Formats: sequence, structure tokens, C-alpha cells
Amino acid sequence: MEKRVVFRSPWLPYALLAPQLAITVIFFFWPAAQAIWYSFQLQDAFGLSSQFVGLENFQILLQDENYLRSFRTTAIFSALVAGLGIVLSLLLAVMADRVVKGALAYKTVLIWPYAVAAAVAGVLWSFLFAPSIGIVTYVLKGFGIDWNWIIHGNQAMLLVVIASVWKQISYNFLFFLAGLQSIPRSLIEAAAIDGAGPARRFWTIVLPLLSPTTFFLLVVNIVYAFFDTFGVIDATTQGGPAQATQILVYKVYHDGVKSADLGGSSAQSVILMIIVIALTAIQFRYIERKVQY
Amino acid sequence: MVENRPLLNFVSHAVLIIGAALVAFPLYVTFVASTLTFEQIMTVPMQLTPGDHLVENYRQVLTGGTTTGSRAAVGGMLVNSVIMALVIPIGKISISILSAFAIVYFRFPLRNFFFWMIFVTLMLPVEVRIIPTFKVIADLGLLNSYAGLTLPLIASATATFLFRQFFMTIPDELAEAARIDGAGPMRFFWDVVVPLSKTSMAALFVIQFIYGWNQYLWPLLITSEESMYPVVIGIKRMIVGGDAANEWNLVMATAMLAMLPPALVVLLMQKWFVKGLVETEK
Repeated sequence: MEKRVVFRSPWLPYALLAPQLAITVIFFFWPAAQAIWYSFQLQDAFGLSSQFVGLENFQILLQDENYLRSFRTTAIFSALVAGLGIVLSLLLAVMADRVVKGALAYKTVLIWPYAVAAAVAGVLWSFLFAPSIGIVTYVLKGFGIDWNWIIHGNQAMLLVVIASVWKQISYNFLFFLAGLQSIPRSLIEAAAIDGAGPARRFWTIVLPLLSPTTFFLLVVNIVYAFFDTFGVIDATTQGGPAQATQILVYKVYHDGVKSADLGGSSAQSVILMIIVIALTAIQFRYIERKVQY
Repeated sequence: MVENRPLLNFVSHAVLIIGAALVAFPLYVTFVASTLTFEQIMTVPMQLTPGDHLVENYRQVLTGGTTTGSRAAVGGMLVNSVIMALVIPIGKISISILSAFAIVYFRFPLRNFFFWMIFVTLMLPVEVRIIPTFKVIADLGLLNSYAGLTLPLIASATATFLFRQFFMTIPDELAEAARIDGAGPMRFFWDVVVPLSKTSMAALFVIQFIYGWNQYLWPLLITSEESMYPVVIGIKRMIVGGDAANEWNLVMATAMLAMLPPALVVLLMQKWFVKGLVETEK
């Protein structure tokens, strides 16, 4: 798509682009290049000298039991966040699309967790689930469940999943609702006349037509779980207990900032960049094609 | 509504009410907790009706923080958050609308190259370049400064795309007419493009306001002085030890203060919010 009518000027377009390009180069390209450079370097303990070690940082990483475990943790975490988030919000969106009365009120309540910062969401849920004073802990105790996410890895994982899903439901809900409202009424009506009940219509018409939205949300949710949940984790479990919730991004931060392992952390950054590039490529490929069915 | 099914309607409402209740529950508990005294909040189970310490708690955190954790006043942090939440969207909108205008309305060498340069920044979220970006900021002497907090976050491919997408829908006749009337590109930009873009700007502003307000990792890295913390970092600093050691009533009051501004923006500008969300992702 190109404009037919354009302006001509030898310098103006560059001047207009300059602010954005300056920031992009200084804060995006330069650091990214440095991350790649550091990932091939090994620094001594004081950061005074460094030497080129080729792929050694990557080799160490890929043999590191902790790093591989962090990969597994991230996979489980993002699968749970994306899966639960999408299923729950689809359910809510389908119901909200049906009702006439009170639709706006439901929508208003459901969209506002989007405004809550990830770290604040983490604090809220860790308060509810606090081992000694949490109100949900108290209720669980009534059912005979011993809840202490500070000790039990699985419970810590569950806590960060709940907080992350809670925050992301609004986003998924709005996209599903928009998707549902763009499905032509005539299709649904024709199916109804042919005798298809609501459940049948959902599985054979609505769900297939929502597939581009669902796919888009799947990618967005995975990206969200990979990166934007940093605040949730840092405000609640900080990767613990025993690294049970240490997702890749948290490990980059932990190794780079707290352990000051520049080479190792940069190598992890490079691996993460490759993952983001892959996810973005998948997203664009499929969204460009507007896949259905 | 295709057919009337009372049972299904009932189920729909039930599911929505349960869903809305689950979503709202943490918010309600936060509000209640922010109105209790320290003793009340330590009683298990915590009461679920608001207490009478609302004013005291909020006054305490606004002026003095907590007594066991961070003592920094939340009032100052709110100012930092407001600065971030305003500078980031305004900066982002300004630089993106200019670059999108250049890319759509001009033909010049390296145009596609620049477009791709902006495009690939989508693939470099701050989380993957934590340490090197920190070093750049440190080298530039921008640690603990508003410039350091905001500048790296105002470059954005999504905003440029949004404007580019929108400019494509502006009829060519307008540019033609402007040229015939002798208007230069900047005149056309100010008198035609900017007024037409107001809707997109509003939508983008709402989304970016929330984005700026809720920044966490970036301020965590580059601020070490309490006077520069945004409120979201401030909350984290109030939580110091095991769950009985924290003054949860004050933490929750701060959480309310941290949630309220973006929540109000979402609720009051719901239309722009939804539009912004859906359009920036196109």
C-alpha cells in the first residue's frame, strides 16, 4: 500500500524520523548488539578484564541443570497462563455476548484488572494467599489443605499463575468479545433455523470463526507469560522456592543483576531474543494470512 | 438473540456473576485491608467489612510510608508515577506521529530500511536487553533521573504502525488539495493530519498511560534513590519479610493508590481504551 500523492524534500523526512531513530539506536540496537557481544565474553570476578570465549557461555548454559530447569518452568508456566487465560476469558466472553441486561456492568468489572500493574497484582494475590494471615489460606485450611507457597514449589507456581491469569483475563476477554460481535448474525440464525442448538452452534460455527482471534491471543499470551509477568514473580516468589518459579526472564535478571554474571546473563538474553523473534515471526506470518478453520 | 432460552440465560448470568466476583474479590479485599488497623489485619480470618482506619492509613502512607519497611512517602512516588505516565505517552505519540508521517508521505532513499529498523524493535523488549541497556543509561549518566526513566520507553514500533495504518486511510484528495493550495508538508501535517489523528492519539494515550504508570522492571533497574521510585516499586519495597512482619494495611493502602489512577483512566475512557487496545495490536 503506497500513497499516490507525496511531498518532496531532500532533508525533511530525515529530520522527522530523527528523534525516533535516535532513541531506537541508542536504547535498542546498541544494547542488543552489546548483549550479543558480551555473550561471547567471559569476565573475571571484578569485571576488570574480559576475554573472548566464543560459544562457551552458551555451552555452559545448555549444560547447566538450573538453566534447563528454568526452561521447563517457563514452558509449564506459559502453557498454564495462556491455556487458563484463554479458556476462562472465552467462556466469559461467550456468556457476555449472550446477555443483554447488565452487559456493560459485567464488562466494566471484567476489564479493570488490565489497569493493575503486574507487581501490584502479585502483591494482592500473595496477600490473599499469605501462609499465616491470608484469607484464602484460612478457607483452604477449612478444607484440610495445608497452604504454604513459601515452602511448596507447586503452590508457588499456582499462585503466580493465578495472579498472571487474573491480570490478563481482561485483555483476552475484550478481544474475544470483539471477535464474537464480528461474527455475522445471519450465520447463527441460519444454523438455528436448521435446528442447531446453542452448544452445536458454538462448536461448529462460533469457535472455528474465532480461530484467528484465538491464535492471535495464544501468541500474545505466551509473550505475556514470558516477559510481562516479571513483576508478578518479583513481587511474590522471586523465583523461589528452590527455583520452582524461576522463569527465563527472571533468571536473566537474577544472574545479571544479583549475581553479576555478565557473560552468562547476556547469553541468556540472546537466547530470549531468538525466542521473541520466532514468536513475532509466527504471529505476523499467520496474522498476515488471516487463517481461518 | 436467536432464540429465547431462559435456562441458558440464567446460566450465562450465573457464570458472569461468578467470574466478575472472582475478578473483583482481590480488589475488594485490598480495599477492606486498607481501612483496617494493624491488629485487625493480623486477626485470622480477616474481617470482610471495611474498618474505620481509612483516613489514618492513607495519610500515613502518603506522608511517611510504612514503619517496618520502606519509609519513603508514597506522595512523592505518586508524583514520579504521574510523570512517567504522562511523559511516556506524550513522547511516544510525538515521535511516532512524526516518523509515520515521514514514512507515509515522503519518498526518499533508505525509506524501507528505516521502516524495518523501527519494525524490529518490536522484537527487543526491555526484558531481553536488561543489562546492556542499564549500562547505556549508566554511561549516559541518566541513572536516577526522569530522562532515564522515560526516554528508553518512548520508542515504539506499535505506535508508529498505528499512525502509519491510519494515515493510509486519509484520502489522497486531501493531500492533493493541500498541495494545489500551496501548503507545504508541515502545514499539511499541522492543519490536516494532526486534527484527523485525534481519535488515534486519544486511544494510544490511554493505553500508554497505563503502560507508563505500571512500569516495573525498568525503574527497578535504574533507580536506587527512594525519591525516584514510582509507586509500583514503592509497594515492593514495603514488603520486607515474612507475611506477619509487614504492615499489610499500609501496603494495601499503597496498592489502592497505585491502582486507582490507571483504573479510573480505563473506566472513564473505556471507549478509547478498547479502541486503543484493539488497534495497537493490528
